[in-house]
Amino acid sequence: MPVKVLIPSPLRPYAGKRDSAEFTARTVGEALSYLTTEFAELRKHLFTEEGKLRSFVNVYVNDEDIRYLAKENTPTKDGDTISIIPSIAGGRM
Amino acid sequence: MATTTQPQTGAKPAASLSNEEILRYSRHLIMPEVGMEGQLKLKNAKVLLIGTGGLGAPLGLYLAAAGVGKLGLVDFDVVDFTNLQRQVTFGTTDVGKPKSEAARARLSNLNPAIQIESFETQLTSANALELFKDFDIIVDGTDNFPTRYLVNDACILLGKPNVYGSIFRFEGQATVFGMPDGPCYRCLYPEPPPPGLVPSCAEGGVLGVLPGIVGSIQAMETIKLILGRGDNLIGRLLLFDALGMKFRELKLRKNPNCPMCGTNRTITKLIDYFEFCGVRGEEAPGPSVQVPEITPRELKARLDRGDDLFILDVREPHEYQICNLNGHLIPLGELTRRVHELDSSQEIVAHCRSGKRSAEAVDFLRKAGFRKILNLKGGILAWSDEVDPSVPKY
Repeated sequence: MPVKVLIPSPLRPYAGKRDSAEFTARTVGEALSYLTTEFAELRKHLFTEEGKLRSFVNVYVNDEDIRYLAKENTPTKDGDTISIIPSIAGGRM
Repeated sequence: MATTTQPQTGAKPAASLSNEEILRYSRHLIMPEVGMEGQLKLKNAKVLLIGTGGLGAPLGLYLAAAGVGKLGLVDFDVVDFTNLQRQVTFGTTDVGKPKSEAARARLSNLNPAIQIESFETQLTSANALELFKDFDIIVDGTDNFPTRYLVNDACILLGKPNVYGSIFRFEGQATVFGMPDGPCYRCLYPEPPPPGLVPSCAEGGVLGVLPGIVGSIQAMETIKLILGRGDNLIGRLLLFDALGMKFRELKLRKNPNCPMCGTNRTITKLIDYFEFCGVRGEEAPGPSVQVPEITPRELKARLDRGDDLFILDVREPHEYQICNLNGHLIPLGELTRRVHELDSSQEIVAHCRSGKRSAEAVDFLRKAGFRKILNLKGGILAWSDEVDPSVPKY
């Protein structure tokens, strides 16, 4: 079982309406790289031009925030779930 | 005939329940987890609801029903017809009335024994601290990022819990910020997304019942905080996926370097949140591109004259079914792939619902070499307003 990346609702339009994608990846960074290669439009929503993860997007491996693990170098193994959690406010903006 | 008890600010806490209150809350009182002691805690609690819309509706209803002694309702908006799909405190006869007042009336009817104060005002950096100080718990039921950061910061500065809930289409989030050892909103999201990146309910849509569920969860968390019972969502981000009917939980850590609630606080007062979020106080971001336009009246005149115009509709198929101008449908997301269906020698008028998506389409096609292309200003909504009112608005 590879690593599963869950794509949140606000970003699904940029990922061909998919709600998840699977990759064989050893780190979070690798999985996100595969994700944004397959769905190029997703890149600018997840990363700045300098290639840093945008600060209104949080990434979790299983239930832990990668900022408190090893960030993009957080190792991933088969069966792990990577969740992308963007900021949502509902309503007006 | 009951007399309503109206606790004044600064008065001694209520020490007892009237016979009528005991009867009203009997289903609480017969549970040892609540009992007289718990119900008195509810009676003496003061909760401020920021927003009386989709999330605020179940919040207000359940907190009033539970007997929270003082409820404050903050909302500067008026009830709109399209709100009735989800904002269940309001009725059809409330359309056009200020929301805070319509909500106050509804909740007073549900429970005349509690004190309800409506604040028909926009929450700003100038009034937030003053508004919050008389309440114990703040519940964030707002619909925009600047206000969420404002509510967070004011709660941290005053040391008050912030029961947070948010929704998008068919997903929701809930947690409790602002507790002494817990995280705050900035720990989760140090920066807001740029405006226009996350669609609003008007653009993205929302399942009406979704804020009903998330708002009810917020009400539950508020009541548990007041009672001191159960495990709260402190340091826990509850994620709800309505379509999959799944609840998930992620760990929310307090960021030691958080500028607001971390060990070295650098934010000591409220800021300009609209500037922080990149919104210059505008209601909604305008079209991001400037393109040649045609108004609905001009379009009608040209069609009546017999001009050979190609109408390109860039909305989604389910929108076409609501109403259309007999245009050729190519959803915006498919335009790149299907541009060969268009003839650049023909004069094309592109439209969508309000003119935003079609502006992007026109911009894209001009960059692709199309010279005879115009954007219908205001979209099919403006067509309905100015040319043909029989076309439904949505």
